[in-house]
Parts: sequence; C-alpha cells; structure tokens
Amino acid sequence: MEHYMMNLTLKVWRQKNANDRGGFESYPVKNISSEMSFLEMIDVLNEELIRDGKDPIAFDHDCREGICGACSMYINGRPHGPWEQNTTCQLHMRAYKDGDTITIEPWRANAFPVIKDLVVDRSAFDRIIQAGGYISVNTGNAVDANVMPVEKDKADAAFAAAACIGCGACVAACKNSSALLFVSAKVSHLALLPQGSPERKSRALNMVAQMDKEGFGACTNTGACEAVCPKGISITNIARLNAEFSLAALVSQ
Amino acid sequence: MKWSEMFTSSIGKKLVMALTGLFLIIFLIVHAGINACIWANDGGEMFNKAAHFMGSTVVIRIAEIGLFLGIFLHIIQGFMLEFQNRSKRKQGYAVPMGNKGSKWYSRSMGLLGTILLLFFILHWWHFWVPARFIGHEELTELEINGVHMHNMYNLMQYTFQELWVVIAYVFACFSLCWHLIHGFQSAFRTVGVSNSKYVNLVQNVGIGYSIIISLAFAMMPVSMYLGWV
Ligand code: HEM
Ligand code: SF4
Ligand code: FES
Repeated sequence: MEHYMMNLTLKVWRQKNANDRGGFESYPVKNISSEMSFLEMIDVLNEELIRDGKDPIAFDHDCREGICGACSMYINGRPHGPWEQNTTCQLHMRAYKDGDTITIEPWRANAFPVIKDLVVDRSAFDRIIQAGGYISVNTGNAVDANVMPVEKDKADAAFAAAACIGCGACVAACKNSSALLFVSAKVSHLALLPQGSPERKSRALNMVAQMDKEGFGACTNTGACEAVCPKGISITNIARLNAEFSLAALVSQ
Repeated sequence: MKWSEMFTSSIGKKLVMALTGLFLIIFLIVHAGINACIWANDGGEMFNKAAHFMGSTVVIRIAEIGLFLGIFLHIIQGFMLEFQNRSKRKQGYAVPMGNKGSKWYSRSMGLLGTILLLFFILHWWHFWVPARFIGHEELTELEINGVHMHNMYNLMQYTFQELWVVIAYVFACFSLCWHLIHGFQSAFRTVGVSNSKYVNLVQNVGIGYSIIISLAFAMMPVSMYLGWV
C-alpha cells in the first residue's frame, strides 16, 4: 500500500473530571504517516501537548491489538471508527486523507459516565458479569479433555459469542444505550455449553436484572450494535437471550 | 421472579410490545379481509353483511374488548419504552450515527406509532363511533334477506369523497408499512426466534405482509375516491 503523510484537524472531547461540563477542543496535527495506528497518532499529539506543558488527552488503551476492548472512541459518528469489525487501536491512518477533520467523542450513555476526556467508567459491565457470567466447576484433578460431548455447531456458536471483548461499542452505538448485545454474548457463550447448564436459568435472570439496574435501555432490535461490534457478535444472540430470559422467568418461583 | 418483576424488566417490556404487536398483526389480517369485500362489485352487499356479522356476534364483540386492551397496552408501553430509552443517554453525540448500521424506520418506531395513533383517532371517529354510539346521517339502514343492518358501505363511500381524508389514510398506511417492516421481524426476535432458518423466513414473510396489508388498506379509500367501486 502506498505510504503518504497527512495533516489533520482533530476535534476532541476534553473534560477534566466526572463533574466538569466538558467541551470540544480543536488540535492541528502535522506529519502523520498513513502507516501509523489511530492511537499512535494521538500519542504524537499527546507528546506535543506534554512538551507544551499542557494536559495530554486521556484515553483508554491496553493491548493495542484488538483483544482487550479498552480503546473506546467514538470517531466521526461511529464507535471504533469507519472500518468494519475493527477496534480503534487497529484502525490505521490510511483510513484518512490529508486535510481531514476527525471528531472524537467518548462513549455516551448514562451507564458509562465520563471519568476524564475520552475515558468512561465501564465497571457496569463487570458488575453484570459478576451477577452471572461464570460457571461452577469442581476443583481437584483436571478432567480429561473432551469428556463432555459438545455438538460442533453449538461449540462454534459458543466460541463466536465468547469473542466479545466487552468494549461497550454496542452500547455506544445503540439509540437506546442498550447493553443487550454484550449481555447476550456472555449468556449465549455459556448457555450453549454443557458446562454452563447448572446456572443457566439464574444466569439469564440475574444478568438481565443487573443490566437494568445499571441504567442501560431496552433493546429494540435496530441492529446498530451488530454493525459496529469489532468482534462481529450477531444479534441472533439477543434473540437467544430473549428466549433464555423469558423461559427462565416463566418457570422460576 | 414475580410476574411484576418479569414484565417490568427490559426484556419483559419488550415481550409485552411483541405479543400485543403480533396480536395486532393478526387483527389486521381479519380487518383487511373483511374490508376487501368492498371490491366484490355488488354495491356493498357482501361488505355490509360481513360488517354486520362482526358487529352482532357475541364472540367477536368479546374479542373486540381484547383488541382494545391490546392496542392500549401496546400504545402505553410503546410510549413508556420510547421515553425511558431516550432518557438513558442524557448527553448525546455531536456527530450523530444516523444510518451507519441501522435503518431509519427501526429507529423511528415511536414516531411511526404516534402517527398511527393519530390516525386511529381519526379512523374511530369516522366509523367506529358512528356505528356504535352516535350514528351518522350517511349511516343509513338497510335490509338484506330480512336482516336489518347498517349500511357501512354508504358511510365509507361518503367519507372517502373528501380528498384530505384519502390523503391522510394513505399517509397512515405508509407509516403502518414502515412500522411493520421493522416490527414484524423484531417481534419474532423478541419472543426468542434465533434459528437462522426461521429468522430468514420471518424476515421475508414480514416484508411481504407489511407491503400487502398496507397496500390493501391504502387502496380502499383510493378505490372509493376514484369511483372504482
Ligand atoms: C395496527 C397498529 C400496530 C401494529 C400492528 C403494531 C405492531 C408492532 C410490532 C409487531 C412491534 C414489534 C415489537 C417488538 O419489537 O418486539 C411494534 C413495536 C412498537 N410499536 Fe407498534 N404497532 C401498531 C401500532 C402502534 C402504535 C399506535 C404505537 C404508538 C405509540 C406503536 C408504538 C410502538 C413502539 C414504540 C414499538 C417499539 C419499537 C420496537 O420494539 O422496535 N405501535 N409494533
Ligand atoms: S458485543 Fe461487541 S461491541 Fe458489544 S462489548 Fe462485546 S465486543 Fe464490544
Ligand atoms: S487497546 Fe485492546 S482492543 Fe484496542
């Protein structure tokens, strides 16, 4: 791919802390290589800000290889930027051309309050997992591999659901700020496997109850979540969770 | 989990929308079927008989109560869902996501539903209120095979001579079509259909149903206005 340099204008959401009102700040960035990643481009800008004695832009990142889910940025009206099935850290500057203006906002949802600049508090997801996203196994000697038969297509569907990295883009994209894609991925990945079956009913009920308590909205099947999910989690999982929840609720005491 | 907890949970609320919505979808088939009798080319005899049957049969009158409960549940829950969902993002985005990833009509179910509600009020005022309660000078009486009945066909003919009424009805049918193209398949997802074979079937049947039903309803006032029947 052809290599080129570009100058850009960034409009970035700056907010000192959770109580600050915040606002957009414009920054010119010069000499950006098309081979840089999006986060490296921000690193370059932050180096400059630090050199000028200014506060660098706070943003979440960790693995920078698309597997941790930390890099939450809403870029030009789309979580994780313009590419399909991609995280912000894996977005590269060849997606842009010289002279572009890029607007960067944090995830927006009451359940994801801004901590600083582009960093939001996603501990609501952790509490949903704590409410039921686990299985119980006996300790002791390791059991033989493949001792429990699992049908191939169920194993595949469970594996596809398990690919969710908990990034929260689904919530950021949803007009209802619904977390159902995330919750449905977590429920599906365990519900489809025999290891997940002892807590199957309580898991669906408790995780949905926690999700509601955290202040996420109700899903209306618009499909925006699926379109931005970096891991291609299908909204079919949402339909599966709907069935899991309704059946569990009907037979529960 | 108590019933109350189930139906106030986010998925439970959606279940109410889906079940009442599916009920309304079935009702629309019956409604369109009966109204299609206007095209029998018999001066409205078949239609009047069908309308009389609907109005005078006990089982159907009981079902009508269920229908009204279903409609009101759907409307009230629909508005609550819309406003509660909107309140979940106090601070919005500077650059909206728009159509990147979802269809406009899937995001506009509240608006499309509100148009339908306004239409229902007009529609009830045109037909249901005169037939049940206050009468209308164009709602004449007639006798078919010794049975006394309202001439609803006549009231229909009279109502659809007015151009703005025809336009309002056709506009409502467009809203219905978009509401259903999203709603039909959404309702099946909400009740838990996740098998891709059925999801595809539901998607195709839903589009077909939405277009045929809306077109049939829209053609009724148009046919009468243009003097086809
Ligand atoms: C004959 C009339 C109507 C029919 C057949 C109908 C049908 C449906 C169906 C099938 C759904 C999908 C339920 C789901 O996603 O699980 C739905 C959703 C909805 N309806 Fe209606 N509806 C009608 C009238 C109305 C009216 C009058 C309103 C007024 C507010 C309304 C508001 C909504 C809302 C807000 C939703 C939720 C959006 C969503 O789930 O995607 N509907 N409707
Ligand atoms: S479902 Fe997709 S978008 Fe949502 S948290 Fe998981 S990986 Fe991110
Ligand atoms: S930084 Fe880990 S997924 Fe982007």
